[in-house]
Amino acid sequence: MPDGALPVLDVKDLKTVFRTRGGEVHAVNNVSFHLQPGELLGVVGESGSGKSVTMMSLIGLLPQPPADIRGGQVMLGDIDLRTAPAEVLRGVRGKRIGFVFQDPMTSLNPVFTVGSQIMEPLRLHMGMTKAQATERAVELLELVGIPDARKRLKSYPHQFSGGMRQRVMIAIALACDPEVLIADEPTTALDVTIQAQILELVKDLRKKLGMAIIWITHDLGVIAGIADRVMVMYGGQVVEQAPVKDLFARPQHPYTRALLKTVPHLTGARQARLQVIEGQPPILTAHPTACAFRARCTHRFERCDAENPLRRPVGHGHDVACHWVVNAEVAHA
Amino acid sequence: MITFILRRLLLAIPTLLFISLMIFLIVDLAPGSPASQIPLTVPPEVKAKILEQMGVNDPMPVRYALWLRQFFIVEPAYWIDSLFGTTLSEGQQRIVSWQFRGPVMDVILERIPQTLMVVGSAYLVGVLIALPIGIYSAYRQYSAFDQVGSFVAMLGFSVPTFFTGVLISYIFAIKLGWFPTVYDTTLKVTDWESFVKQLRQMAMPVMVLALANAATISRFMRSSMLENMTQDYVRTARAKGLSERTVVLKHVLRNSLISVVTVIAIGIPSIFGGAIVTENIFKVNGIGSALINAINVSDLPMVQTIVFIFAILVVLFNLIADVLYGLLDPRIRYD
Ligand SMILES: Nc1ncnc2c1ncn2[C@@H]1O[C@H](COP(=O)(O)OP(=O)(O)OP(=O)(O)O)[C@@H](O)[C@H]1O
Ligand SMILES: [Mg+2]
Repeated sequence: MPDGALPVLDVKDLKTVFRTRGGEVHAVNNVSFHLQPGELLGVVGESGSGKSVTMMSLIGLLPQPPADIRGGQVMLGDIDLRTAPAEVLRGVRGKRIGFVFQDPMTSLNPVFTVGSQIMEPLRLHMGMTKAQATERAVELLELVGIPDARKRLKSYPHQFSGGMRQRVMIAIALACDPEVLIADEPTTALDVTIQAQILELVKDLRKKLGMAIIWITHDLGVIAGIADRVMVMYGGQVVEQAPVKDLFARPQHPYTRALLKTVPHLTGARQARLQVIEGQPPILTAHPTACAFRARCTHRFERCDAENPLRRPVGHGHDVACHWVVNAEVAHA
Repeated sequence: MITFILRRLLLAIPTLLFISLMIFLIVDLAPGSPASQIPLTVPPEVKAKILEQMGVNDPMPVRYALWLRQFFIVEPAYWIDSLFGTTLSEGQQRIVSWQFRGPVMDVILERIPQTLMVVGSAYLVGVLIALPIGIYSAYRQYSAFDQVGSFVAMLGFSVPTFFTGVLISYIFAIKLGWFPTVYDTTLKVTDWESFVKQLRQMAMPVMVLALANAATISRFMRSSMLENMTQDYVRTARAKGLSERTVVLKHVLRNSLISVVTVIAIGIPSIFGGAIVTENIFKVNGIGSALINAINVSDLPMVQTIVFIFAILVVLFNLIADVLYGLLDPRIRYD
């Protein structure tokens, strides 16, 4: 992954708000990140931290209303997806950006054959004839490791197991050779052995096809195994971002540190008990004017209540949004 | 699938036998006697003889057994005879109406076309207008169209047909004089002119029943669409870059139709139920008015037979609905 190359995806200050009966929910607050060609970016953060909403906002997959994308820029090459007209966005979805969702049991349409669902984007975006699309669909199913591919095209989703369905979802997402694959907790709904198989598959496909991947997960173990770079989200913001080795070796943000402590270690001394992060996730009713993590932070001081920290570089490709960390750096210097 | 249908048909036999017994018991409890239909001038001993001949005084089980035999053996045999020129039913007594002194089945078969013509086309019209309205209301939920649709649908199923029927009849037939007040059963469509006449006399009853049917079905279509619209596979379809039109009219609609088609099929026998009220208001000489008349004059064989035919239709269309369900939903397998 050449460091200097232009990013495939460059997101700046993305802001998404839900208008609900109980008021506004500020789900994504000025999120910025970029994705290099061929890179695997892991996204972690607890439930409700805005991981899914961020990714769905990128390509207009959230129903508006209730969602309202208030600002930001989402550059895919030289198109700004946020301001692009609907047809342009549709042309990007499924073609240049593929999506895999969490629950393979419900993400496929139960009344259409698997083949027709794979062929849909091929016919739409690539203008393939039925025969061409069929051939490509067979190829795709073989690629994602489904045996007897040609026969299975005529099967319905319920005739596949969960793991097989997730393979089909991956085949659909990869059908048009996208530059970016966004996988939103693609293995959470599967058992551990199947999870491992899917992970292997994705690693393998990445080697073969070379697309960039955004991989959302709760599982830091998975991240350690496959990601190049990691982005940690909290309260609808990116609080820390670093190359994977750097993040595990030198986590900076108090939340990241706490998160890493919650991972059980198989090796080394047996921990007395599994750590949990004390406190409740923040309630996102307004745009944050203070640090979102302050209520649960052990390093809180006056500035944390007065000002929402911005991300600052603390190392090569490593940045963090925390007043205390920057303070600590300064103190050390 | 075939074995499923056969099994269901076999199971339907005890069900229908039980229903027929129930109908017989209930109808038998009803007050009134066919004797009251015989003019008072007829001497009592003649009257008694007539009733004797009609079998009115036979005990209930005897009459039930006779009716069963007539319905399941004699009537089919009679039809086979008239189709193939055989003589299976020779010398056998068919079910006889106490009021007409003629076979019940002849009356029913004469009335059914009238009912199908009016009530059947009302159902068809109702379905045809309900589906697009339901689909569009869901597609544009809370739009002006949806709000108006909800309001009209609310009227449609909260105001009973005997009220809308009388109201429409009053406005369009009596005040405006656009349509005839009485349905002419003897009208035969032979040319353009009589065709228009037929359309005009059908207009009001069809309007009333279609409104009622469309109300329920469009609401059902709408809620089925909305339910499917929030499913995960819809998000997948959007993530593929499909247009909203394709997402809704292909992915969502195809799933929504599974339950809607089932409801439509199950609703078909209710055509005949709806006929009872509407036919009487608009004086359509169909199966519904035949039933009401038979009840009025205590023509028990007629009542029992018509009600039992309704029961058969209900059972039959439930089976059809199940079969359609299986055809539309690949997840259902009948074996
Ligand atoms: N349709 C909606 N209406 C209102 N609020 C919403 C809606 N969808 C999401 N949110 C809110 O947005 C916030 C972020 O949700 P999001 O689904 O992105 O979390 P997540 O990080 O993906 O969590 P998980 O790990 O559980 O998937 C949550 O607080 C959630 O309540
Ligand atoms: Mg999520």
